[in-house]
Amino acid sequence: MTDMLKIVDLHAQAGEREILKGVNLTVKEGETCVLFGPNGSGKSTLMATIMGYSTIKVTSGQILFKGQDITGMSVDQRAKLGIGMMMQRPPNIFGVKLGDLIRSTSDIGDEILKDADSFKMEKFLDREVNVGFSGGEIKRSELLQLTAQRPEFILLDEPESGVDLEIIDLIGNKTRDLLNYKMGEDGRHVSSLVITHTGQILNYIDADLAYIMKAGRITAEGKPLEFLKEIRENGYGE
Amino acid sequence: MVDEKTIKGALDKKGAYGADLDLDSYEQGTRTPDKVDDMESSDYRRYMENVGVVADEINRAGTLMFIDNGMSHCSTSVQEGLEMSSLSDALKRHPDLKDYFWKAMDPTKDKYTAKSYLEDADGYFIRVKSGYTIKNPVQTCMLLNRDKSIQNVHNIIIVEDNASLEMITGCSTAHHANDSLHIGVSEIYVGDNSNLTFSMIHSWGKMTGVRPRTNCVVGKNSNYTNNYVIMNPVGSLQSFPVATLGEGSSATYNTVCIAHEGSDIDTGGMVNLNGYGSKAEIMSRSISMGGRMCARGRLVGNSPGVKAHLECRSIILKDGGSTLAVPELEAHVADVEMTHEAAVGKIARDQIEYLMSRGLDEDQAVSMIVRGFLSGSINGLPEALQKELDSAIEKANLGD
Repeated sequence: MTDMLKIVDLHAQAGEREILKGVNLTVKEGETCVLFGPNGSGKSTLMATIMGYSTIKVTSGQILFKGQDITGMSVDQRAKLGIGMMMQRPPNIFGVKLGDLIRSTSDIGDEILKDADSFKMEKFLDREVNVGFSGGEIKRSELLQLTAQRPEFILLDEPESGVDLEIIDLIGNKTRDLLNYKMGEDGRHVSSLVITHTGQILNYIDADLAYIMKAGRITAEGKPLEFLKEIRENGYGE
Repeated sequence: MVDEKTIKGALDKKGAYGADLDLDSYEQGTRTPDKVDDMESSDYRRYMENVGVVADEINRAGTLMFIDNGMSHCSTSVQEGLEMSSLSDALKRHPDLKDYFWKAMDPTKDKYTAKSYLEDADGYFIRVKSGYTIKNPVQTCMLLNRDKSIQNVHNIIIVEDNASLEMITGCSTAHHANDSLHIGVSEIYVGDNSNLTFSMIHSWGKMTGVRPRTNCVVGKNSNYTNNYVIMNPVGSLQSFPVATLGEGSSATYNTVCIAHEGSDIDTGGMVNLNGYGSKAEIMSRSISMGGRMCARGRLVGNSPGVKAHLECRSIILKDGGSTLAVPELEAHVADVEMTHEAAVGKIARDQIEYLMSRGLDEDQAVSMIVRGFLSGSINGLPEALQKELDSAIEKANLGD
């Protein structure tokens, strides 16, 4: 399998503070990788850096996407190449309706919107994007948007956090559908990098590989369920 | 009544806000303009349609058009309860109308009101009789058609008790009449248990001076809504409508503006909450695209049980412009609840990048946020106005 995403010795800072201190990580084509790590280890920062958000400044290292160096590219260039992201706390977009955003950013927007009720989002299409949404509503809205966007590589930042138990099945199943979507003629799945704190999402998706991140570096890689068991029993060993 | 000498003295009185315009640098506009019988085939149609006035008059209760200082058109499909004419004609029919003249507006307020008073300016008269609800909006159009001249009009609107009216008033300048001045005095009277929605859409020339003077007196348990939209370049515009509320009544002001390069816009409004339990909300959304933008709001609580909120939000999209928010709250009794919020600045980067992560480029993302900011964040606009606002935003040059 070729590499979908390859990160090489990536250093990055938020403001004056260095958060990523030499990250090396690879996600192969069609692979789902999990990123574990204690709070403040730099997981969300890594995702924001891969997406290209300007709050983070890369000081050295490289981000390669399908072999192409995207380290200096703008957010929309990365999105156009096929990277999509579910943010944990996306900003409010006042005056822009969720349905209109999806229609204007996706060729298959209309088709996906017909299925909005399966995301329990049909009543939210005329609402302003993220304004007054609960934790679970934000996740469903992000999943609906990503389903319309059809990225080839998806960054999911804690898809199960802040979600009521009764809705976790819906989020889990929709996340699985998103990741199981087959790209192109060869039928391979989309690739993804998923941050999870509780590991709950692993009840719904099959992850191929897990990384552990501590203090801005990847410190281990291995089997997701084994890592999860170890973390549940012994924490991150700090 | 103030004597004529004092009013003449007020011809030198600068407006409280906005640049001081020299009235002597303009000529007088004509009182006998072209008559427009058929709006649809009229040459003026394009100017009207720019400001929400529909030529086919479908879904409109009536249409009144002024070109410069005289009436050009007046038609209505409503048989009962609605009276529309020029003010001068109305006064001939009802001499007692004189009691409404200069009661809501002090002619010595500034040079513009004084000029209107002293020239006995004509304008439109619209009255909804007690007990009538006019289903469709009445539309009025004020067109400035002569360069270097003053359009000077005086309007009176009366919505009697238990009555309801929606008005869309479009004001525009013909291309050749760019360097001219619009003075529009509107005195509005809303009775008890009544509703009036008064929506103004403006489209002027790059040099046009605009000085509307709108005061409204509202009785008991009534609602008055004042909407103001300007998306196109203008020279100097200053407007500060004042509403005075009786017991249990409410006023809502919504203002949506773009200050383009070279435009100087000073707008907002004031509500005197005089009646027990009266309510007011002043909302403003403005953008500076290189022009000067000032958004004012003043709420005065004079009675117990008053509730009022003021919100000014402004975005600066281009350097070289400026924006100023002036929210003022004043209370004269203890039992009032009055609040304000004001925010001025650029569009948050995280919002732009969030939309970019969905595949929009930066300009498209900014444009979507700006359109949303202008069109979507004010609730409860009448349907016809929302449509006009959306179309004005669509046509406005937002840099994309």
